[in-house]
Amino acid sequence: MSLHDLYVISPYAGMAAVAILIILLDLVVPRKGLLPVAAVAGLLAPLILSLVQLNDLVDGTDLLADVVPASVLVGTLSVDRFALFFNFLVLAATALVIISSTDYVKRMQQFRGEYYGLILFSATGMMLLAAATELITIYISLELTTLPLAALAALLMTARSTEAGMKFLIVGALSSAVMLYGMALVFGFTGSTTLEGIAASVAAPGQQNVPFGSYAVLVGLVLILVGFGFKISSVPFQMWVPDVYEGAPTPVVAFLSVASKAAAFAILLRVLFTGFFDVSLEWAGLIAILAAASMTVGNLAAIGQSNIKRLLGYSTIAQAGYILVGVAAGITGAASGLDLPEYADIGPNSVLFYLASYTAANLTVFIAVIAVGNHLGSDRIDDYAGLVRRSPFLAGALTLGLVALIGVPPTSLFIAKLYIFTAAVDSGLAWLAILGVINSVVSAYYYAKIIRIMFLQPAAYQEAIPIPATSGLALSLSGVALLWIGIAPGYLLKMAEVASVALAG
Amino acid sequence: MTEFSGLLTATVFLPTAGALAILLFVGGDRNIRWFAAAVALADLVLSLWLFATFDRADSAGRFQFIDRFPWIPGETLNASYFLGVDGLSAPLVALTGLLGLCAVFASWHITHRIKEYFFWLLLLQTAVMGVFTSLDLLLFFLFWELELVPMFMLIAIWGTGRKEYSAMKFLIFTFLGSAFMLVAIVAVYLTPGVGTFDMTLLSTPGAMLGPAGLLLPLGALFWLFLVAFAVKLPTWPLHTWLPDAHTDAPTAASVMLAGVLLKMGGYGILRINVGMFPGQTEKFAWVLVVLGVISVLYGAVVTLRQTDLKRLIAFSSVSHMGLVMLGVGSVGVSQGALTITGLSGAAMQLFTHGTITGLLFLSVGLVYEKAHTRYIPDLGGLAGRMPLVAIAFLIAGLASLGLPGLSGFVSELLVFLGAFRAYPLMTALAVLSIILAAGYVLWMIERSFFGQSRERFAEITDASPVEAAPLVLLAVTIVGIGVYPSLLTDLFEIGLEPMVAILNGGG
Repeated sequence: MSLHDLYVISPYAGMAAVAILIILLDLVVPRKGLLPVAAVAGLLAPLILSLVQLNDLVDGTDLLADVVPASVLVGTLSVDRFALFFNFLVLAATALVIISSTDYVKRMQQFRGEYYGLILFSATGMMLLAAATELITIYISLELTTLPLAALAALLMTARSTEAGMKFLIVGALSSAVMLYGMALVFGFTGSTTLEGIAASVAAPGQQNVPFGSYAVLVGLVLILVGFGFKISSVPFQMWVPDVYEGAPTPVVAFLSVASKAAAFAILLRVLFTGFFDVSLEWAGLIAILAAASMTVGNLAAIGQSNIKRLLGYSTIAQAGYILVGVAAGITGAASGLDLPEYADIGPNSVLFYLASYTAANLTVFIAVIAVGNHLGSDRIDDYAGLVRRSPFLAGALTLGLVALIGVPPTSLFIAKLYIFTAAVDSGLAWLAILGVINSVVSAYYYAKIIRIMFLQPAAYQEAIPIPATSGLALSLSGVALLWIGIAPGYLLKMAEVASVALAG
Repeated sequence: MTEFSGLLTATVFLPTAGALAILLFVGGDRNIRWFAAAVALADLVLSLWLFATFDRADSAGRFQFIDRFPWIPGETLNASYFLGVDGLSAPLVALTGLLGLCAVFASWHITHRIKEYFFWLLLLQTAVMGVFTSLDLLLFFLFWELELVPMFMLIAIWGTGRKEYSAMKFLIFTFLGSAFMLVAIVAVYLTPGVGTFDMTLLSTPGAMLGPAGLLLPLGALFWLFLVAFAVKLPTWPLHTWLPDAHTDAPTAASVMLAGVLLKMGGYGILRINVGMFPGQTEKFAWVLVVLGVISVLYGAVVTLRQTDLKRLIAFSSVSHMGLVMLGVGSVGVSQGALTITGLSGAAMQLFTHGTITGLLFLSVGLVYEKAHTRYIPDLGGLAGRMPLVAIAFLIAGLASLGLPGLSGFVSELLVFLGAFRAYPLMTALAVLSIILAAGYVLWMIERSFFGQSRERFAEITDASPVEAAPLVLLAVTIVGIGVYPSLLTDLFEIGLEPMVAILNGGG
């Protein structure tokens, strides 16, 4: 391992080091209130290292591109702008989640150090996932992401929380096993575990009249998609979502719904576009169907929910559907009847843009839900009645976030939805765009229901809900980000465009 | 392409700045009221300044006071922040400023959640100003949607009666309409060779959408836009949200709703349907005329049957907005060249109806506040108790039925003159509405303000100075325009002239 290799993995190593440091600090520091401060300050290390790498990337697209083949990292990681885009996204989400959970965490008296440590370990996995380009690395990163989350989900030690953790662990393990089997098949067929090697094998002309050119690739890729489908919570792998969302600690759910989803989409894009581009006409259709199903099932199921965390669980399934529309829109050719797929950069661009916009919007909603739930001790939507009288700031922020999730201007997700549906129409998937617009109108109903209850129904109690300074800070940050992306999206669009260059074959 | 003079931006966003200031800094009911009034007054001054200094010379550019810079640059979404006014939108901006101030004065009695109230009211003004000044389709849509939430809140929280139901109905109707519009906007943008949201470009001959290479047929695009605007206008059969929303809204919201929000629909038809799809407008002119005449007559007949003052005015709005459709339908003229008469009548109708209905709702608001009823059979003899309100109501009512010398007469005459050349029979039918209007207006005035004075109204007082201010403001405007209409018609004609030229095949 050369010095350059160390430099390449420094953001990831830095992140893991911070996690270990926090756990060690927990042993010696009596004032646990210092832990989140140390954790957020620690995030500066991977942030600065990522910025340095970004600065280095001005010319090349991959830090490992020109390295001598002897480097052990070659083929396993690709530290390019795509990976760095997700580094920043994960770091921002992690920081916001940590800041907003300082009050909530007091409930888990004896596990506070572990809480922050596990979040940071999981974030390390997410960052690695966005850079991984080799099946074993992907698998390990995925497990590094998932296992801490399972522990976190159970950290409240209540019956529901334990159930949530157990469910997440078992379903997660099952889907990992299935995915591993898929990877084994792909390795068996292609003889390579790197995405580059796989791409080379897949490019060879396959059998006629067999989908994906070979049954091994077909089964292998579909099984891998099962694993990713679990992570991004798309239909039909969404069964665990409502229960885990309801039972797990709210900050963990917030983390799960944005950072974990973003990282899973990163690796989904990387695997599909880099590894299996030559069979993309086949998988694009599959993804389009998953997208349609996720949007529709998520939105319809959300309508009847009375618990806000469950509702947000179904909403996140629907959102995964919208994002999958962008993934499918990355390929043209299927619609126009071409034999060869054509890469359409607007698809992945829109996915990256959507993920960042969604992170800002969903975090705004969740941070408000954390603050309200922490005070009320309830997540029932009916208990949000009259919230605007009890806390105008929280009600205002929550409204802003929900309006963004509907996709109303001038919020981030309006531009993002416009972008993703435009991409779909551009790639000949107009039916999917129309279905998406209809779904957005349907979703307005259940999001607006919460707003209506907050503003129009009289409150059962009058006393004001105090806002912890940390929640106020986190809410302001995410709310400003949400509006900023919505009003001046140019910069983020540019970032997304530059990042997705790495995917272009 | 960057131009920035800042005047329009200030006019549009001053109310938002005021709204945020109220939310964050201003305390005390009294302070909030006066602060909101100051903001609205400043915005009125700005909008009148625009109106007065608009360069009317032939050599001047069509769009003036342009604020423009790239907003979302790039190939994917090539949108710009592009504000500007022409002869069509400058008067409507002034109207918004005028009614914005009136709405603040009409809200003087509000004490419930007053901070939020003025926040939403001022935010609403920004949204409407933005709609009238945006020259980029995406920006236009953004402001169009921005108006929804404030109006919903104003009706649902400060309304009366079945307020939540009415607010939801308003929201759903408009939201569905704008979904249609969004589809049309995206389809226009994605048409090969377009790739721009620039409304001025899209309504320039040569750069306009042609029949070739379209994602959706021109006719479909035309109707997708038209549905969104027809909901807002509203036109029969999409009008059913309006009576509910008006009846249950607080006075100021009614004033804004009837005075400027409905005008967004008429403005959209003129700017986008006529401006960007002239061929389709000519082709479907007869449909517009039929819809317009049905709205005019249906609205008038239903108005006759109303017993609630606000509901009555709401239905009369349906009737009067039908005239806008009729005026636009005048482009269907088959013989000879199109003259500007019908279109400028439609534009005039937007302005005059805004002032007239604004005044009607303000007066009714005062009646309701003092007499605690809007049920016409329970009213009577109020003129003796509140002469100022009665005079204002009388002026507005007479203008509404088209009395010469008041503003309503001018616009209705222009519409009828313009439409008659194209569709004589349908226009003749629509003229009948004047008789019906005379019926319901006079009947309403007689029943509520004259006749025997009632004992339980003995304690009622006339409008206070603050309450009278907006009444005087609007009454003066109505009389002024009635006496000297070319103040507005000149400007509207400057704005509409290029559209007429295109419709006549020139340009």
